[in-house]
Amino acid sequence: MKNEPDKHPWQKVLDNPWLLLVLGVLIPVLSYTVWGWIELLLTKPALLP
Amino acid sequence: MSLRPLTAPWFHGPAGHEKIWLGCAILWCFVMSLMMPYWHFRGKQNSTGEAYTVKPVDFLARTEKFVAANRVGTYTNPGNNPLMGDLPLVEPPAGGDAYLIGRMWQWYPALRLRLGETYRLHLSALDLQHGFSLQPLNMNFHVLPGYDHVLTITPTSKGEFTIVCNEFCGIGHSGMSGKIFVE
Amino acid sequence: MSTTSHNLTAPGTPGRVCGTTGLSVCLDAQRFIKLNAVCGIVFLLLGGIAALLLALTRWQAVHLLPVDWFYRILTFHGINMLILWILFFEVAILYFACTTPLNARLFSRKVAWVSFGLMLTGAVMVDYVILAGRADVMMTSYLPLLAHPLFYLGIILVAVGTLVGVFNFFATLYVAKRDGAYTGSIPIVTFGALAAAIIAVVTLLHGAVVMIPTFTYAMGWTAQPDPAWYRLIWWGLGHQSQQVNVCAMVAVWYLLTHIIVGARPINEAVCRTAFVLYILFINLASAHHLLVDPGVGATWKIWNTSYAMYLAVLASMVHGFTVPAGVEIAMREKGYTRGIFGWVTALPWMNPAFSATALSLVIFGFLGGITGVTLGTQQINIIAHNTLRIPGHFHVTVVGGTTLAFMGLAYYVIPLIFQRDFIGRGWARVQPWIFGGGITLLSFGMSFAGSMGVARRSWDIDAQGVYGPAAHLWLGVLGLGGILAFTGLLIFALLCVGTLFFGAKIEKRAMADWGTPPALAGSRPGSLANDHYATKGTMVLTLVFLACFVVYYFANWKALADVWPVR
Repeated sequence: MKNEPDKHPWQKVLDNPWLLLVLGVLIPVLSYTVWGWIELLLTKPALLP
Repeated sequence: MSLRPLTAPWFHGPAGHEKIWLGCAILWCFVMSLMMPYWHFRGKQNSTGEAYTVKPVDFLARTEKFVAANRVGTYTNPGNNPLMGDLPLVEPPAGGDAYLIGRMWQWYPALRLRLGETYRLHLSALDLQHGFSLQPLNMNFHVLPGYDHVLTITPTSKGEFTIVCNEFCGIGHSGMSGKIFVE
Repeated sequence: MSTTSHNLTAPGTPGRVCGTTGLSVCLDAQRFIKLNAVCGIVFLLLGGIAALLLALTRWQAVHLLPVDWFYRILTFHGINMLILWILFFEVAILYFACTTPLNARLFSRKVAWVSFGLMLTGAVMVDYVILAGRADVMMTSYLPLLAHPLFYLGIILVAVGTLVGVFNFFATLYVAKRDGAYTGSIPIVTFGALAAAIIAVVTLLHGAVVMIPTFTYAMGWTAQPDPAWYRLIWWGLGHQSQQVNVCAMVAVWYLLTHIIVGARPINEAVCRTAFVLYILFINLASAHHLLVDPGVGATWKIWNTSYAMYLAVLASMVHGFTVPAGVEIAMREKGYTRGIFGWVTALPWMNPAFSATALSLVIFGFLGGITGVTLGTQQINIIAHNTLRIPGHFHVTVVGGTTLAFMGLAYYVIPLIFQRDFIGRGWARVQPWIFGGGITLLSFGMSFAGSMGVARRSWDIDAQGVYGPAAHLWLGVLGLGGILAFTGLLIFALLCVGTLFFGAKIEKRAMADWGTPPALAGSRPGSLANDHYATKGTMVLTLVFLACFVVYYFANWKALADVWPVR
């Protein structure tokens, strides 16, 4: 039906909403949420000498 | 074009003015990316988030111990703020630890610090979140119940400084006040 | 061949052809655009009335509201503006962007009803609880502050309802492609809406994760979540929802400049890549709310607040070039070629949708963007956190930027979708200037007062006795700006409502033109498509912008260096 010429790999990314959705969820969740959550969990108790 | 699907090939790199602007923008973003790490290592004002978990009741006990051991007087509120009351005036040892509580609706105790000395100022809240806001310097840090937020701080100017609260903490929030004197 | 094809021009599909643009309109999408847009504007008006009351209270000389109502109305204002007005209007934009440009039919009417029902129920619930005095907790509702459980449940319903609407958007994209409703790549306006929808997914997931345990705690079923954890996750909802607004606003810029002036993206790959940088990195900057917090360390703060080395800021700077550049190219091709800025003076400044777009771009870029990046540096935040500088920043981004752009869009949505020509056209032409001017004044008042240490979210500065006449003056500027902005908002709301009731109906004819620049004698459409050095005016404007940015940025580092050393 369509005779598509070879697409630039970056255009393939731009044309793929599902890939963008996955990356758009994964990257912020890992970098901001998960990393931040781990930092809070690793907070040590105060010594209060 | 902007509202119709693209059926003809459209993918090509930047050129001309847009390429020049991209170059300028990338360069500026790179410069900005360097500034924070640079200041972290060479600058004097940083917010590293040094903190420890603590129970409010334990932090209160430690603060009262600090007050008892280092009290030098009483700060009497001049009287235009009915929520303030009097505060113990406390001077921590030079280079030592100071403890400051935020609670509805005061910063307790009042502190007297020495110019040029470095202190480890422990901030915590007993009840709600509070905002440590030192005026007129306008230095601001967040204070949470359950966390001992430690600031390694060096007063480099003398005078009377007021601690305002800038995180909503109930009906008395805008009158919540504290004092730091630097001599 | 499927019997329920989602191709809009398939036989039996409820659709119509627009008399102005010739584009197809899906009648299902049209119904929900109308419902969501109307609700959005109602919440905008409610939030705007609240704004006026707040501005007249922070203006110390007036000090209108008593202390408890100030905090109550402040909570109401935040929720109605940042959550309700914006999300309802954005769902309307999503329904447009996935149907008409793709010649596609909305995926499901039932799903759209579920979305609308959940959002409206949640909105009414949360507004009722706030006005009843059971949720004086600010929009952020920071634990351990505790509101009535219905406050959290209302927000959960709004978030889930929005997510359902977003699902409808994605499903429409999927079936449109599957059924061959269109061929090729989706247009830039739809791509921008896609970026907004993706970010909305991240936003709303964070909303669920933070609000559900807080709701169960408010009901007494579970223990209190940790306040620091709450802040981290809440700002995943709170700031990331603003990033949805940025994407939607930029998509609207492309849409309106195209409709009014005939602009097109000067380089589709560059514009789309900029949206992808938003998708990947813009949400990281929620960290800028936690820069002076305990518990999260310097590395986490610096990496995240930098939007991954400012890649998402780069994206904004790209759009800041490509949107005006598209306008300049279109104008030059129409024959407006005098000098560097001849095309600027010939623009339709009395077309309210155009002036709203241009003002939105300038206000968002020069004021909002520059202050945002600067205040969002880890160290400079020390002299800004929780001062009025912060609302000074976000009133020029989400209000002067997004809200003003959405107002501009309404000047075309109401004629094209509701099929009514605007009444009060003279008022409409000045409305964006009044609103934009008011918001700018408000923001200046806030920012200068904040730089003098005046706190945000505070009913009265005189209790402290530490703020002088200058701070009071700037709070007065805040008050005046608020009055002017409210005037602009009221005019807009009255025009919209009045038009829906009394505007001349548009059946098959084109809408009444607001003013588009005519093609001159020397017009050569498409002639500059391969001339990459034609955008001299835009180049000058963006370099001026960059100079302002550099100066403001380093001035703040200098101001920071004057305070006590702290680590």
